[in-house]
Amino acid sequence: MSTHSDTAEVFEEHGTAGHQEFGFWLYLMSDLVLFSAIFATFAVLSESYAGGPTGAELFDLSFVFIETMLLLLSSAACGMAILAMHAGKDSRVLQWLALTFLLGLGFIAMELHEFQLLIAEGHGPGRSAYLSAFFTLVGTHGLHVASGLVWMAVMMYQVKTKGLSVMVQARMMRLSMFWHFLDIVWVAVFTVVYLMGAL
Amino acid sequence: MFGKLSLSEIHYQDPIVMTAVVGSMLLGLAILALITYYGKWAYLWKEWLTSVDHKRIGVMYIILALVLLLRGFSDAMMMRGQQAMAVAGAQGFLPPDHYNQIFTAHGTIMIIFVAMPFLSGLINIIVPPQIGARDVAFPYLNAVSLWLTMAGAMLVMVSLGIGEFSKAGWSGYAPLTQLQYSPGSGVDYWLWALQLSGLGSLLTAVNFIVTIFSMRCPGMKLMRMPIFTWNALCTSILILFSFPVLTVALALVTFDRYIGTHFFSNDMGGNMMMYANLFWIWGHPEVYIVVLPAFGIFSEVVATFSRKRLFGYTSMVWATASITVLSFCVWLHHFFTMGAGPDVNFVFGMATMVIAIPTGVKIFNWLFTMYRGRIRFTTPMLWSMGFISTFAVGGMTGVLLAAPPADFVFHNSLFLVAHFHNVLIPGALFGYLAGYTYWFPKVFGFSLVESWGKWAFWCWLIGFYFAFIPLYVLGFMGMPRRMVFYDNPAWQTWLVIAALGSLLVAAGVLCHIIQLYVSIQRRNENRDLTGDSWNDGRTLEWATPSPPPEYNFATIPVVEDIDAFDDMKEKGTAYVRPQHYDEIHMPKNTASGLVNGILCFFFGFAMVWHIWWLAVASLLAIVAVVILRAADDDIFYTISASEVKEHEDERYRQLAAAGVSLPGAASAPLPPDQER
Repeated sequence: MSTHSDTAEVFEEHGTAGHQEFGFWLYLMSDLVLFSAIFATFAVLSESYAGGPTGAELFDLSFVFIETMLLLLSSAACGMAILAMHAGKDSRVLQWLALTFLLGLGFIAMELHEFQLLIAEGHGPGRSAYLSAFFTLVGTHGLHVASGLVWMAVMMYQVKTKGLSVMVQARMMRLSMFWHFLDIVWVAVFTVVYLMGAL
Repeated sequence: MFGKLSLSEIHYQDPIVMTAVVGSMLLGLAILALITYYGKWAYLWKEWLTSVDHKRIGVMYIILALVLLLRGFSDAMMMRGQQAMAVAGAQGFLPPDHYNQIFTAHGTIMIIFVAMPFLSGLINIIVPPQIGARDVAFPYLNAVSLWLTMAGAMLVMVSLGIGEFSKAGWSGYAPLTQLQYSPGSGVDYWLWALQLSGLGSLLTAVNFIVTIFSMRCPGMKLMRMPIFTWNALCTSILILFSFPVLTVALALVTFDRYIGTHFFSNDMGGNMMMYANLFWIWGHPEVYIVVLPAFGIFSEVVATFSRKRLFGYTSMVWATASITVLSFCVWLHHFFTMGAGPDVNFVFGMATMVIAIPTGVKIFNWLFTMYRGRIRFTTPMLWSMGFISTFAVGGMTGVLLAAPPADFVFHNSLFLVAHFHNVLIPGALFGYLAGYTYWFPKVFGFSLVESWGKWAFWCWLIGFYFAFIPLYVLGFMGMPRRMVFYDNPAWQTWLVIAALGSLLVAAGVLCHIIQLYVSIQRRNENRDLTGDSWNDGRTLEWATPSPPPEYNFATIPVVEDIDAFDDMKEKGTAYVRPQHYDEIHMPKNTASGLVNGILCFFFGFAMVWHIWWLAVASLLAIVAVVILRAADDDIFYTISASEVKEHEDERYRQLAAAGVSLPGAASAPLPPDQER
């Protein structure tokens, strides 16, 4: 009869971590196509104000600057978590992940605050095609960050309960790929939506 | 509690709808009753529903495709019937409201729920053994993909009885899909069904790109891969880069309908043509996504039954690769009439015509493979030959449509309908049917009865010409597509001929059903004992027994040439027994894929009917299932070496009984670097 096998061993023998990493790169590329399509839509609709407010009237660049800094710093903290992981220090990993999480949460909180202000002033996604595209592009990025936060919470729990097993390490690697990817997308969002919009 | 859903959404008064609903429900109940009667629930659960075996998943995909092929085909028959009679004041038997749902459902089903699952199924079954692998890279993800596709298909089926299906055409052009023009549940069903199955396809693509790049057996260099695997790779790349755009297009329509954004609306700055662009940036690659795997099948079939190596292997690979790239450069030819101007139209027209070049290369490769081959006229070979001649006609009318001035005349006419059926039916469906017949014995261990298969082929082929050549003529006569009734009596003769042609195709479908029934009845006469079902197999899948064991290969093969199995047979190394066997690790079954699919169905259904509590609950449940599964580190089981040996001993006894001359056991154990 079949027996159970030690997953960690099989995992390494099959090179599963490598496959998963490659697969995740592919997913990130397809996600980049998804963002490209939304960016293209935003570009097409970027002047369809329909009598509503323009970007220059809506954006507070210093607010967005702080938002951006939070996300960039969280990416750096995430990098530190991975370094700690390679050094095999569980508790360090947890500390850096917690910092990453808090910075990410701060970013999301600021974004929600911005959305809520806009909607309260009557500048919601239904006001004009431009605002539809704005909310969709920024919101899609925000949804990604929020999912990343859920994932991060799960990973903190796993590091705590399972330790840095090969499987957990592989998952951590992919989480960090995802997190840095979102940073890069945000740089584009910041530039195309806020900077170019406010100019 | 139930959102917009109420009893008035069930159309008791419509006899055609109710017949279909009651019919499907009775059929479903009959199947459930039979499973219960024969006590097969445990078997079904353990061996199929929770399976992560790529062969089982492939079979389930193909069952889905065949069932929905019947549904999509009934829609086609109804349209042909309607148009044959609804002339000059006659209303036919379908009210416009119903007719519009039928042509939308027909297109959606045929592309998304027949072609996509059929090709996913064939790729699932055949790619791993063709590259000498035991499994795909991500077996669990594979199950998730399957059940997402199933969830989407179930939404389409449910829309038959509860509410309605979209009336906006399978491409769902704006602003027709906006809430004020399509207030019913139809567009929402269409949106969520496509969204779920599209996600499934995307995950399948990730899976197979990794599988093909990372799990090939020793010696299987890229330029030694079977052509079908090459086509599967290119199709997966196309899916990976095009499906996210569909996701976006559908999501934006969803936002317009659900939260009042203005992406594709008439007012407030919306841009309707943006939808057409997004849709076809996915939609044109999609055409090649469904066609390329079929091209791969034809390449395998033609080489096998010409008993020759495929002519121009390298040019075939490059032709496929160039089609992959070019297919992203032509989307605008779907709406030359948008008014982008002569320069833009010119570029896209030229790009479209350029695609005919690699496609032509392929046609010549197949012809030269047959040239001086010792051709066996088996059913798969007939499908391939029928394809080459018929597809050439469809390709040429495509080149006609690629010229913008001509397209302005033919746009939205039946000429276009004739053209795309003329490429997709031979170019995709004939290929899948060839693959179905060709690989059936590999999967089930007995072959399909040839005589009924040949009858099916001839009915299909001749029926196809009768059904679609009249549509070209009608296009020239100026008949637009999607008409529920019309005034011009001159059109009717041709539409009657087309309807008769569709009856002939129906006879072909019937022959297929009979073929399956008769073949199961006579399975003991048609057993495949060697695994090389057609005796002329060239690629590695034929080196496995039929049906293959869950691990496909007891020892991982080593490849030295293109057409590895043919090469092994020539060198006498095909059935060499290894000195010893090692234990094999395989992924465990899991119910999470199925559970996820069911939850996604509930989520989709809840979103269609605005049942928000159910949508939130099922979404949370999906996240919970994913997190729980991600925490499960006990996902492999081991088949011991002695079990493998037992299984393989049986296999060699069977081979000896079948009269295969077996070379002696390998004189030395395989060197360790050739094992995995």
